[in-house]
Amino acid sequence: MAQVPVEHGLILAAMLFALGLVGVLARRNLIFILLSLEVMLNAAGLAFVVAGSRWLQPDGQILFLFILAAAAAEVSIGLALVLLFQRRHPSLSVDDASGMRG
Amino acid sequence: MDAVFYISGAVAVLTTAVAITRRNPAHALLYLVVSLLSVALVFFTLGAPFAAALEVIIYAGAIMVLFVFVIMILNPAGGQSAEDAPLRNWRIWIGPSLLSAILGVELIYLFTGNAAGTTGNSEVIPSQVGVTLLGPYVLGVELASILLLAALVAAYHLGRRGLPGEEENPEGGGGA
Repeated sequence: MAQVPVEHGLILAAMLFALGLVGVLARRNLIFILLSLEVMLNAAGLAFVVAGSRWLQPDGQILFLFILAAAAAEVSIGLALVLLFQRRHPSLSVDDASGMRG
Repeated sequence: MDAVFYISGAVAVLTTAVAITRRNPAHALLYLVVSLLSVALVFFTLGAPFAAALEVIIYAGAIMVLFVFVIMILNPAGGQSAEDAPLRNWRIWIGPSLLSAILGVELIYLFTGNAAGTTGNSEVIPSQVGVTLLGPYVLGVELASILLLAALVAAYHLGRRGLPGEEENPEGGGGA
């Protein structure tokens, strides 16, 4: 483990999470929003792995596995929704989605 | 080990920052794959080789391939393929390939130089992960399988042809 101090790993995770958050908030393209969500989930998994390697327990990697399963489920449904959304709004801008009803 | 961690972390942050600011989603995907590979290297230096392998196989492999398929289907660049000048393509992939070359050099350094640093008692080996995963966490595994089944059903439902208006049946959330 951890000649690397645990704070540095957590700082790296926080930086990646912040970048993903900026991407979600700043981009208007749905594909980029989904990509940024992946970055955020990945950063959360990185924090778990850092903590697991700090205490030398396998729990961190197991939580990373669960995050992986959640990310796979989320991205498959999200991309299917993107395909549906693109039939009505080919620009893929989330601002168009605010005009949806029902 | 330390230097490998910091270099990979810097590559991860840099490529992520580049990826979320691209205009073309395909270029962003190139950088994001490099970012995920560098995070996998970070996992490896932290003593989590199983998580590193899963990061490469599932994140950089499976999930990014989903994005590639959707971008291929949507083709947001319009008919840009007419101007496939080799120089333009070269300029696009030179950045990600240089950064992944850095990662490759780090990997070679890890496996040739002081590989003893990674294989001590300081790492959580995959068999430990497996024993704990199917021991105390077996309920979580079952819940993850139900989640994946629900995602499969929902993706199939959303991906059917010809449903602009009609909603026949709400699918009755992942049966027993």
